[in-house]
Amino acid sequence: MSVNTNALGSNKLKRRASLTDTNLLLIITIAVFIVMYICAVLFLKKGFTKPQMFFNILNENASLLVLSCGMTLVMITGGIDISVGQVTSLVCMACAVHLEKNGGNVFTSILLALGIGLAFGIVQGFLVAYMEFQPFIVTLAGLFFAKGMTTIVCSDRVPVTYEPFVKLCRTEITIPFLGSVNKKGIYVPAYVEVGVIVALIVVVVLFCLLRWTKLGRNFYAVGGNNQSANMLGINVKLTKFLAHVLCGLCAGIGGYLFFLHACSGSPLHAQGAEMNAIASSIIGGTLLSGGVGNIAGTLFGVLSLSTIKMIVTSLGLEDAWWTNITVGVMLCIFLLVQSVILARKNNKK
Amino acid sequence: MKDSAVLEMRGICKFFPGVRALENVDFTLREGEIHALMGENGAGKSTLIKVLTGVYPKDGGDVTLSGQPVHIKSPQDAQNKGIATVYQEITLCPNLTVAENMYIGRTSGPFTNWNKINSSAGKLLDELGIPALPTEQLGNCSIAIQQMVAIARAVDMDCKVLILDEPTSSLDEQEVQKLFNLMRDLKAKGVGIIFVTHFLEQVYEVCDRITVLRDGKLVGEYVIEDLPRVQLVSKMLGKDFDDMAEIKNDADIEKIDYNGVPVYQAINLTGTTGIKPFDFEIHKGEVNGFTGLLGSGRSESVRAIFGADRVAGGTVKIDGKEVKIRKPLDAMKHGISYLPEDRKLDGIVGDLSVRDNIILALQVMKGFFKPFSRAQAEKFADEYIKLLSIKTASQDTPIKSLSGGNQQKVILARWLLANPQYLILDEPTRGIDVGTKVEIQKLVLKLASEGKSITFISSEIDEMIRTCSRLVVMRDGKVVGELKGDDLNQNKIMATIAGGESK
Repeated sequence: MSVNTNALGSNKLKRRASLTDTNLLLIITIAVFIVMYICAVLFLKKGFTKPQMFFNILNENASLLVLSCGMTLVMITGGIDISVGQVTSLVCMACAVHLEKNGGNVFTSILLALGIGLAFGIVQGFLVAYMEFQPFIVTLAGLFFAKGMTTIVCSDRVPVTYEPFVKLCRTEITIPFLGSVNKKGIYVPAYVEVGVIVALIVVVVLFCLLRWTKLGRNFYAVGGNNQSANMLGINVKLTKFLAHVLCGLCAGIGGYLFFLHACSGSPLHAQGAEMNAIASSIIGGTLLSGGVGNIAGTLFGVLSLSTIKMIVTSLGLEDAWWTNITVGVMLCIFLLVQSVILARKNNKK
Repeated sequence: MKDSAVLEMRGICKFFPGVRALENVDFTLREGEIHALMGENGAGKSTLIKVLTGVYPKDGGDVTLSGQPVHIKSPQDAQNKGIATVYQEITLCPNLTVAENMYIGRTSGPFTNWNKINSSAGKLLDELGIPALPTEQLGNCSIAIQQMVAIARAVDMDCKVLILDEPTSSLDEQEVQKLFNLMRDLKAKGVGIIFVTHFLEQVYEVCDRITVLRDGKLVGEYVIEDLPRVQLVSKMLGKDFDDMAEIKNDADIEKIDYNGVPVYQAINLTGTTGIKPFDFEIHKGEVNGFTGLLGSGRSESVRAIFGADRVAGGTVKIDGKEVKIRKPLDAMKHGISYLPEDRKLDGIVGDLSVRDNIILALQVMKGFFKPFSRAQAEKFADEYIKLLSIKTASQDTPIKSLSGGNQQKVILARWLLANPQYLILDEPTRGIDVGTKVEIQKLVLKLASEGKSITFISSEIDEMIRTCSRLVVMRDGKVVGELKGDDLNQNKIMATIAGGESK
């Protein structure tokens, strides 16, 4: 690769810095989401004109949002964690059994959820970072382990009837001014569940972590080139370890949010959630190769993915395979758009 | 020059499986001096530096920093102790911004203060005259700028020892001078600088002292005035140096039949990488060269010949017959081989063994469903390891653990094995030591005398003069001249590169 260094001296310093890859991908994601949502509002009408439709998307996907954020962290460091879906399932089951059969309360169930998530994060993080095993394999093992554990805890669906928890599940936080009038002419205020607030807090915290803390920037450096990061004086192993721990913690939180939404435990909960989380991260502009990604993008990734599902459902194509096919196609189109835009940008320089 | 030692290394040993990389090496760096670390490839320079910076743990010996014995555990530890390093390969993160790359891993507190790092990075870049914006993504900058950013990072650290491991290989003359000025400034401030390079001129231009290593052992430490170039070279090689200027045999050149059908002929070949359409031909037994400044399009031209980049138009004839070369495999099937400039990026497959790397090209041409037998592969590998005297522990050693020059020889072996009629060598001697350089030059001439045609590209003009019988000169993507015979001298070449007729 020859570089034209002659032009170097005469280069004007006043030119604007071109966008970083991370920001470029973020803009694409946000644009796609907005266009898609506007199209849905214009052409599908049905529920889409009501603000509650948007909040329902959030209500349904608070758990996925947290899982995707954790996934984004790990993917930025160049790894992956495919255990989060089954950890979610395990958390739901363990908490349900804890509340129903072991007489626990809401507070201890939260601790239990966080504990399970952290434990998975720490063990997987240790194996990936310090033993230098492949993250895919390590977390695949985690996936199977969590799946087995869920069934050991209880092999049946466990609905929760514990009063304080059910109350928490049913809590609706109303949003002023965004209600709509239903068929009977009664004003129904828009609402979100408790989980959405928690999820949005997680998003904000992780966004700040990635943007303004050293640890967050180290995630990017490690994902960009871990040998270079090592030479730059970054503790690569610790950084990877912490990414997995945070992802595990997110799996714990996400698991509890799923529990909160479903109000039950079941071995069939959150099947394939890890794949949705990966898809959301990728749509949100995270590169599987690491080093590029953004939590804000992930937020919009989750929203895009959920909106696609919502649109498919509202078209009357209820069957699950239609959703899957659409998501698959969208993912391909997305990757295509991303790579075309990145390539064009890199050609210009 | 003050005489107090800022860094002392005593009896350093380092072993790799099957190789003794360093054996009882001593090294002393004094305050405010520029100290050249010289040696052939595989002499242990890089290993010594990596031991010093904590990339490799040492197997024996002591390191003393300003009189205090220290144990350096990691690159971070080295940084904290005041040892800053610029490596030969750019060790920055392409996905981060310029400013981040300069400050990551060395700011205090858990938060990143963007305003602060952007403004101080901007100031430093201005001071050093580096034309980059702090907020620009590093991957969008040219290689030379990336290298300068790496240097800026190291310079900005309040360091006692600054290590520059071949920092100049991707810089042009002007930038090298800028770097040297910087080095002299730092020297005046009392920083000890270790400078590793293959360019002898640069050593004699800025350095105060030289330490020479050979085969992992210390040869000696010399004050620069006491060691003329010839002696330095003979110390590095461990033998008397045969006259490099006279390796070209005029009789061979006269044998070339310029009127015959060219082995390779391109008419109006048009690339897509910013070079103008050009005509080119090469005859049997000829060594020709492409020259020009960095970025003049010499690499792009040969890449177009090989089909490595997309070709937009033009006719290509091999032995007078018109053929289509659209991708490297087409070129290989027509007996053209290409040794790329960037061996890390285009050449080696790091985790494969030396043997696998050698037979790779031949295997591709034969097809993957007809693998070579183990015995056959071993025979090939053995033959070429001997022929090119490749220094490796065994055939099974992964190529990434070889030194740069030896990696280059392995790639050369790969293409020689494919038995090409026309061999393109793009900077085969870049970043390797004088001894191996001469070996490669001799090999090129030997191959030519056996009837192969060779295109040889190098940024060192005397090397081109020594090996080539015809030079194509390029400027700004255009062929601007062709020199042969008596015109092949430094002045004439310079004049042609610079433009305008020379008298």
